[in-house]
Amino acid sequence: MIEKVRPHPSQNEPLIFERSSPGKKAYQLPDLDVPAVDALEALGAANVRAEIAGFPEVSEVEAIRHFTRLSTWNYAIDYGMYPLGSCTMKYNPRINELVARTEGLAWAHPYQPEAQAQGCMEVMAKLEAALAEITGMDAVTLQPAAGAHGELTGILLIRALLEKRGNPRKKILIPDSAHGTNPATAAIAGYAVENIKSSESGVLDVAALEQIVNQDVAALMVTNPNTLGVFEENIVHVAEILHQKGAMLYMDGANMNALVGIARPGDFGVDVMHLNLHKTFSTPHGGGGPGAGPVAVKKMLEPFLPAPRLRRAGKKWAWDFKRKHSIGRVKAFYGNFGVLVRALAYILAHGGPGLRNATVDAVLNAVYIRKQLEPYFDLPYTQANMHEVVFSDDRQAKLGVRTGDIAKRLIDYGFHPYTVSFPLIVHGALMIEPTETEGKQEIDQFVSAMIAIAKEAESDPQLVKSAPHGTRTSRVDEVTAARKPVLRWKPA
Amino acid sequence: MLDACGVSSAEELFAHLPEAVRLPRPLALDPGISEYEIVQYFRDRAEENANGYASFLGAGIYNHFRPVLVDTVVSRGEFLTSYTPYQAEISQGTLTTIFEFQTMICQLTGMDVANASMYDGSTAVPEAAMMSVRATGKGRVLVARSVHPEYREVLRTYAKNQGMPVDEFGFVPETGAIDLEDLERRMDPLTAAVIVQSPNFFGIVDEVKAAAEIAHKHGALLVMVFTEAVSLGILEPPADADIVAGELQSFAISPSYGGPYAGIIATKEKLIRQVPGRLVGQSVDSRGNRAFCLTLATREQHIRREKATSNICTNQALIALMATVFMTVFGKEGLRELATQNLAKAHYLAGKLKPRFSGPFFNEFVARFEGKSPDELNKALLKKKIIGGLPLGRFYPELADSVLLCATEMTKRSDMDRLAEVAQ
Repeated sequence: MIEKVRPHPSQNEPLIFERSSPGKKAYQLPDLDVPAVDALEALGAANVRAEIAGFPEVSEVEAIRHFTRLSTWNYAIDYGMYPLGSCTMKYNPRINELVARTEGLAWAHPYQPEAQAQGCMEVMAKLEAALAEITGMDAVTLQPAAGAHGELTGILLIRALLEKRGNPRKKILIPDSAHGTNPATAAIAGYAVENIKSSESGVLDVAALEQIVNQDVAALMVTNPNTLGVFEENIVHVAEILHQKGAMLYMDGANMNALVGIARPGDFGVDVMHLNLHKTFSTPHGGGGPGAGPVAVKKMLEPFLPAPRLRRAGKKWAWDFKRKHSIGRVKAFYGNFGVLVRALAYILAHGGPGLRNATVDAVLNAVYIRKQLEPYFDLPYTQANMHEVVFSDDRQAKLGVRTGDIAKRLIDYGFHPYTVSFPLIVHGALMIEPTETEGKQEIDQFVSAMIAIAKEAESDPQLVKSAPHGTRTSRVDEVTAARKPVLRWKPA
Repeated sequence: MLDACGVSSAEELFAHLPEAVRLPRPLALDPGISEYEIVQYFRDRAEENANGYASFLGAGIYNHFRPVLVDTVVSRGEFLTSYTPYQAEISQGTLTTIFEFQTMICQLTGMDVANASMYDGSTAVPEAAMMSVRATGKGRVLVARSVHPEYREVLRTYAKNQGMPVDEFGFVPETGAIDLEDLERRMDPLTAAVIVQSPNFFGIVDEVKAAAEIAHKHGALLVMVFTEAVSLGILEPPADADIVAGELQSFAISPSYGGPYAGIIATKEKLIRQVPGRLVGQSVDSRGNRAFCLTLATREQHIRREKATSNICTNQALIALMATVFMTVFGKEGLRELATQNLAKAHYLAGKLKPRFSGPFFNEFVARFEGKSPDELNKALLKKKIIGGLPLGRFYPELADSVLLCATEMTKRSDMDRLAEVAQ
């Protein structure tokens, strides 16, 4: 019995280019209050373009129907649980959207004089302070635009400090359970990557680490809790091993939502970390961005932070551009301010106790799901989990049903799939993260759906393997898409 | 739920954490506040900013009207609260709009391929440089001093540790356009890319074609940067460029004190596998219907890890959607009319002042004021509730007596007249 969904009609809609007809308009401009200028004369004939061939020509009603119809082809948090492990798909409070559009903030130009930008600067200073308190670190930069951008910033900071100490060193250690951005980042920062194997229990292998860490190692990049949702219990010791050899501990803060109010990376030996405001701090994913990836550091790394930095000058805020040790800019201006506003609104709404409650609820939800699904799915790593839980498709794979199939079948039950085949250390991973957003009702429906699919895998594996059945679009041929790429529309 | 979890309190769920790592006190943050108080807090902060000022700032961030439809569309939960469209069956809304976005960017720039967006224009530039290095097997980058100064700073930060030397070439003091002789002089066989901006940081429509000829002659690629996307409504697209790296803030993205914006990378067919970031491609579903999906993922970090074309993961999907709705609303005729209005406004203002450079300009230009330093002028303007242009001394010591001014369709004639009066 599928409780959550019924088929509903979804309307067809062509591409906007196929809807166009010459002369249709959806725009209005005021009459010019200055004399018109002949473009050919002002710019030179060679600089003036012909019309933009193929560009849309539609009416306002056609435009809004186009995008509204397309929108109904998406699943969204607003429809229901979105249990993507590691992605932290929590509710995006609408108050955040409203305040980010406050006119004096949304229309502030990044070059308007500091005296006319004090409100923006105060917002940033308040967020920096809150994030420093939450992470237990000494200083925060809000400049990086996303998580991977924060990682790059963090590794460049480590490099700058080590260079100043005389040797930037050669490599970054990365556990095999890490996000793909970690090794890609290390490469861009000019480091070789050494992948380290997790222990049999899926956490950092301290004994092995002790062997590997030497004068060539600049840092270890660790996600904590790791991508199994397990807290790295030896983290304090790990930090000591690194620090003794002059190396640093970088923490990927993708899973910080398991720790807020409970434990602080700054207190357990982390030297530098990034946060994903679009995960832990509820700013919307928007179909893949924008994000924001603030970086928090210990005091010794502060001189190297990207310029400019906020500075208190009497009763006012000022931008400090003259920072001789800075790694430089990682982005124009000061950061994704609109995202920062949303994150601060989330922090203000929750307050200290509320943030901690969110963490507790997120962990409770994940543990509850684990207990409910353990009888039906293989759990390769059995330590206590925090905000997410990772099963494997071991039992179902014997019936020919893989994690990707179970994920697709989940769509028919009215849910977004969990994260498929990640982390790589779990063969056929099902990575489930409910977040604090979900109540027991939605979770129980999800659990029932998962159990029903586990049974279907036994009774009717083909039904699962050919899922989804109830969607407007069935499985997409991704192989052909990659083999013969069609990346833009062209007229027939 | 606690019973099912086998615990008597939720706190027990954290019992496995070592004592040493646990925070023994509450976070030192105020208790939570209500929706009304949050609105009030941010309104109060907005009050501390400029309110009711006319502004002549551009310099990479432009004041253009945002059609109402833009927020109507991006506020739909289906777009706002969805994830990256990895699950194609239930993400066709996002995938289709990105495919439309990629197409529109190709139409605008004259390129064959565009990606699903970058963080912003400033980070698109080092990505374009890294693309050029991969494509040519050479390592050096030559960038015009008339490229946005903050973009050049970002390029340097990225380049520093990749064995990618970055050198600069100058502009002609009379015209404000790139100095082609200087470029030719500084070219060498190791140069992977020549990077120019048009309209450049001074607003001048620059000599992209001539720069491309020089770059190509030496086996380098030509990267064209733009910060003012509206200019593409009237300016010849950079057909001679190999890569276009730009900023779409002008397309209905509010200035928002520096972000979030959306950058683009567009290029020729031959460089398709060097493109960083996400790409959406057309395919069919198992029933034979047209469908879209993320594609060519073997370039990306989640597959290639340290060998990926970039470490980028997030794109700016929702912001790119704003730009897509904007391009749809304005369309073929509207974008041209909008560009023409910008041209007219800036030329009206320039007619009242003394432009420093003689090259053709779009909606920005550099001006000098006799007897007044930029700071003195801006101080006098602030008293009249006008934010003047950007003083250039911070970025160009030789232009310390000059200001970069911008006028868009939003700039009122009466405000331009007032500025000219103060400047007298």
